[in-house]
Amino acid sequence: MDWMNQAALSAQKSDAVFFYVFGLSVVFLIFITVLMIYFVVRYSKKRNPVASQIEGHVGLEILWTTIPLVLFLSIFYYGWTNYEYMRQAPRDAMAIKVTARQWSWSFEYPNGKQTKVLFAPLGKPMRLDVRSADMIHGFFVPSFRLKIDAVPARTNTTWFQATKPGSYDIECTVICGVDHSLMLSKVVIVPEAEFKAWYFGGEDAPEPGKALRAAEAHPDLANQPMGLAVLTAKGCLACHSVDGKPKVGPTLKAIYGREAQVLVAGNLHTITVDDAYLRRSITDPGAQVVRGYPPAMPKTALTAQELDEVVRYIKTLD
Amino acid sequence: MSGTHATTPEPSYLVDTGTRTGVLAWLTTTDHKRIGLLYLYSMMTFFFVGVGIGLVMRLVQLTTFQKLITAQTYNALFTVHGVIMIFLFVVPGLPAIFGNFFLPILIGAKDVSFPRLNLASWYFFIAGAILAVLSLFTGGGAPDTGWTFYAPFSLKTGTNVSLAVFAAFVLGFSSMLTGINFITTIHRMRAPGMHWFRMPLMCWALYSTAWIQLLATPIVAITLLLVILERFFGIGIFDPAKGGDPLLYQHLFWIYSHPAVYIMILPAMGAISEILPTFAKRPIFGYKAIAFSSMSIAGVGSLVWAHHMFTSGMSGMALMIFSLLTMVVAVPSAIKVFNWVSTLYKGSIDFQPPLLFALTFIFLFCIGGLTGVMQGALAINVHIHDTYFIVGHFHYVMFGGTGMALFAALLYWFPKMFGKMYSKKAIYASWFPMFIGFNMLYFGMMILGMMGMPRRYYVHLPQFHTMHVIATVGSWLLVLGLVIFFATLVYATFKGGKAEANPWGGVTLEWTIPSPPPLENFDVIPTITRGPYHFEQEEHR
Repeated sequence: MDWMNQAALSAQKSDAVFFYVFGLSVVFLIFITVLMIYFVVRYSKKRNPVASQIEGHVGLEILWTTIPLVLFLSIFYYGWTNYEYMRQAPRDAMAIKVTARQWSWSFEYPNGKQTKVLFAPLGKPMRLDVRSADMIHGFFVPSFRLKIDAVPARTNTTWFQATKPGSYDIECTVICGVDHSLMLSKVVIVPEAEFKAWYFGGEDAPEPGKALRAAEAHPDLANQPMGLAVLTAKGCLACHSVDGKPKVGPTLKAIYGREAQVLVAGNLHTITVDDAYLRRSITDPGAQVVRGYPPAMPKTALTAQELDEVVRYIKTLD
Repeated sequence: MSGTHATTPEPSYLVDTGTRTGVLAWLTTTDHKRIGLLYLYSMMTFFFVGVGIGLVMRLVQLTTFQKLITAQTYNALFTVHGVIMIFLFVVPGLPAIFGNFFLPILIGAKDVSFPRLNLASWYFFIAGAILAVLSLFTGGGAPDTGWTFYAPFSLKTGTNVSLAVFAAFVLGFSSMLTGINFITTIHRMRAPGMHWFRMPLMCWALYSTAWIQLLATPIVAITLLLVILERFFGIGIFDPAKGGDPLLYQHLFWIYSHPAVYIMILPAMGAISEILPTFAKRPIFGYKAIAFSSMSIAGVGSLVWAHHMFTSGMSGMALMIFSLLTMVVAVPSAIKVFNWVSTLYKGSIDFQPPLLFALTFIFLFCIGGLTGVMQGALAINVHIHDTYFIVGHFHYVMFGGTGMALFAALLYWFPKMFGKMYSKKAIYASWFPMFIGFNMLYFGMMILGMMGMPRRYYVHLPQFHTMHVIATVGSWLLVLGLVIFFATLVYATFKGGKAEANPWGGVTLEWTIPSPPPLENFDVIPTITRGPYHFEQEEHR
């Protein structure tokens, strides 16, 4: 069962409180239910024709005010102490910038590496500085019992330390538009050596956790053309389709070589989409916006090699 | 209770006596009982629309309907389901229907303080409802933000959020005016001798509810107005791109919307406090404890709103305080449960359909309350926040709690309201599919939430599918039960046998007048000499 998987320290902390409250709740619910059924049967009209006219009992009122109060306060205290731990990242934690946008996640490491999947070493504290580029989103890893909202113009911080290697779901938990339920990713936990090999390995280092992720049903980024992998990783596909479907931005299908009307500083021009236009649209998206589309595309940092791959890939879409 | 029986039978409120007749007489009535029924009919219509939408949403999760329903439509469905159920059914439900009908009778009055204002409240309600329906088909289409309208999404989406929140704004007036009316009625219209602690507990519940309606509703009204201004003029209160703060929206929204949860549940608790003594044939256990717990729920309940925002990035101090207060507000609810169960002790229990639904309320409300406590604990909240767990939880509270209590109240007061009796067997028959289906659906949802299924998802990951199937089958059973239940009652209004004035052996004032009640309730305003649940003399009469 995937959902009882405790894959991080935070999961252990959260579950400990959960089982405490769950135990208390079951006891309380059984007590109340059994008592209700017993009274209904024992004091039915047949068995007990005349009711006793009892108005109340002060001692009992005090008892069932104080006992629940004490128990509820213990739940509060336990819940608070085990949560406070999740708020304060250790100083030696590696800080990762998490950016949420409609409808993708991206992760940036201290050395500048950017990924679409979150890679993290086993047993090391990882700090997440969560931000949003547009709406409110929610960063949620069920196997870590970890959740923090991504709020625009604000950086929310949380952290985790994984206790089990594996690949775990990341889901968005705040309604953010039509593809809210597709705003998914993975956090991949690998042994520290494997993580380091990738992290310090330069641009072409193979992504860690390949074997882990190959087993999954989700489409593997590695089998895609390099250009498509970049488009996916940078979140471009949230607004641009590659199959002709209209989205927020124009589709990339058969865009190369087409004539398009673009707005240049408010004036309408007709241009032909060529190599240079594609590159400029990525590096300076606001310069020549296709007529009828909002000037909403953010500037996206691509390496020269990534840019080449993307343009090469777009040319193949016809 | 001498002097309250009519010597010459006066026509019932259902008979037109004024200059107008038929539909017009109903639409211009200022009689609190007729207004109660106007609310009943309109709300039941909305309820079934909401149920229908819920059913379709479950079918989408089976993936059977995904060809018909797009992601955008699905987002609109859960928004509209929420808006209808919250603003048009659960929040106004019990106070507007049973508060209007029974509050004046329970305190020995002929009507509420402001009968015309009362009718105006209904028109505000209907106007709000019409605007809400219009918002689905005009502008950019049905809103897709969820019923919470969180900024900045609600500011940016192209759908018709402006009209939808304006509808909620208009509905707020209905709520506030009803609140003012009830507070004044309770203060000014009690029969001679009916001092505060001789009022039936339903009145206490309605009184605390009315205060929340009056004090909290203006906050959401102004918040929603700000959303509209921001959408049209970009004033930048909530949009971070213009220097606004999206968390400010959440604070303002929940300052109303959390107390609104208590607007929903307090009258439900009041109804349960009426039903239990009648069928146990003994006074309610701990009258004052229940009355004070209603007031303290209204008070402390106004201070816990930010527990809806535990993952939003609030300060640690705010998290701690709101978690603590959330635990404190659970105490008065627990007190009520203990007192209700103790009311059965050494009673002489006459098991009837209203009691079955009242006990079902207690059971389901306990699950709803306990799962609420889980969410109040920060370390658990961080996992289950914004998942199906919260969806399951609030359906336990709102449907298992308020909904079941509304059904219990309907069964309890139906013979009084319509002068007809329903088939008890058919009601028992409706209970089984309703109860089993309810728990399959909403307990299933809570398990899904623990597994990590986020709310408001059009498609779900494969590991969640089995539980989704179970929940969907549960939804069919639940609807089957609802259909039997309401078919039985509708049938009874036409063909049911005549009900006695006091079919359950109750001792509160509504049972001293004929069924259905005469136009002005009482020939002579009764003089009250004792507490509301005094059975002893009935035995020796």
